[in-house]
Amino acid sequence: MITIRNLVYRRGSKTILDGVSMDIPRGNMVAIMGPSGVGKTTILKLISGQLVPDEGTVEVNGKDIHKLSRAELHKMRRNIGVLLQNGALFTDLTVFENIATPLREHTDLPEPLLRRLVRTKLRSVGLAGTEELMPHELSGGMARRIALARAVVLDPAVMLYDEPMTGLDPIAVSTVRTLMRETNEALGLTSVIVTHNVGEMAKLVDYCYIIAEGRVAGEGPPGELQASADPAVDQFMNGKVDGPIPFHYKTGEASAGLLD
Amino acid sequence: MASREQAIARRLGPIARAGQCVVFLFRMLGSIRPSSELLSSTLQQTYLIGARSLVIIMICGFFVGMVLSLQAINALEQFGASDQVSLLVGKSLFRELGPVLTALLFAGRAGTSVTAEIGLMKATSQIDAMELMAIDPLKTVALPRFLAGLISVPLLTGMFNALAILGSVVFSIGVMGLDPGIFWSKLETGIYFGKDFMGGVWKSLVFGGLVSLISVFYGYTSQPTGSGVGTATTNTVVLSSVLILVFDFIMTSFFV
Repeated sequence: MITIRNLVYRRGSKTILDGVSMDIPRGNMVAIMGPSGVGKTTILKLISGQLVPDEGTVEVNGKDIHKLSRAELHKMRRNIGVLLQNGALFTDLTVFENIATPLREHTDLPEPLLRRLVRTKLRSVGLAGTEELMPHELSGGMARRIALARAVVLDPAVMLYDEPMTGLDPIAVSTVRTLMRETNEALGLTSVIVTHNVGEMAKLVDYCYIIAEGRVAGEGPPGELQASADPAVDQFMNGKVDGPIPFHYKTGEASAGLLD
Repeated sequence: MASREQAIARRLGPIARAGQCVVFLFRMLGSIRPSSELLSSTLQQTYLIGARSLVIIMICGFFVGMVLSLQAINALEQFGASDQVSLLVGKSLFRELGPVLTALLFAGRAGTSVTAEIGLMKATSQIDAMELMAIDPLKTVALPRFLAGLISVPLLTGMFNALAILGSVVFSIGVMGLDPGIFWSKLETGIYFGKDFMGGVWKSLVFGGLVSLISVFYGYTSQPTGSGVGTATTNTVVLSSVLILVFDFIMTSFFV
């Protein structure tokens, strides 16, 4: 479903991604994990076509995302749902209008049908009755669930999640996790989840990629990875301070400024 | 997309930025599809940024009319020509002060809020979210605000002028005791519709487009941070004010 080959992405002189390859089969839930700032969100933006890679390709459904014209990319994006880090609900619109926006833009559904569809999606995330609330009246967990309902309202084939659990309380985390699994199965989605939350992902996904230093440091089902002998994978999965993933921000030779 | 444009802009400076702004304008205008959604969102924005600016425009207009009359009467009295006050006030209002002051006030009152609003939408990833839903933010966010500004500024200028004339009436006739008949007949015979009135209308249209374009563009290209939005808002006012006065001179020297 999603094929990533030798992705290289540079920001200024800094190489963020340095030859990342992944295969994400249809119907799977795959996590991209790694320490903060390693370029996980960058990978997601490359998949959705928000960023253009310096080298390499991303194919979704057999089409190279970065070779599409603007119109084709827009067409493709109707098939890709994205849940952004903070939900990114439209703050000026009610919950109902937030979820209805993609429908109003891309379909000609008559109003009664549209209302019913929005209600169904709201019910599926367990928030029926919140239609007239404004986003600032929602808790973090509710906002995330509304954003999920909005992301799947056009019935996409692919869902991309950017840190879906961050900043939520434990109950909301479990709710969102269950919803993600159920949505994936009910709609036959292919899901890609970017996260650094190791514990939650072990319960959720089928397969993990661990990114460190711009490369895939390890991959496999979560159970296997936890027992991995690879030092970088072991350090990340088990949260160790010592290991090959550095504590310091990379700025050339660490001792350079100390002896002046 | 936006981040690559920003990287180019940093390297080439103001010239590239101006070019980027023109490209932005054409892309925005290219996204016009007459629809009921566009109409209703433009009307809503016209209310929010236009109608809500009415009070400040009217108050300022009234006092500008009064102070203009005061200065004019003081100066004209020395030549025994204080009955010409309405002519002086009218000409300077319709040609210069009305369009220019309205546009400056509009930039401060409405331009800033548009920039800050779009900048904040960007900082909270709402613009990204639209892009990802295959909704063109230029069409749904930028265009209605731009059109609303374009419509509002000429109308507000009309309101400013009307209140300024009222201010002049109150001061010249009410306070200084000028003859109302002379006041109105001088105004009627001395102000030409094409040259004075329409000249001002054209100016206010150009200023409206200018302020709206700048405020939408700066919001859209602001850095998605707190200080980024702050800087963009400041830049909107500074650049709008400077360009209004520059364009005012250019238009006056060519067309009037």
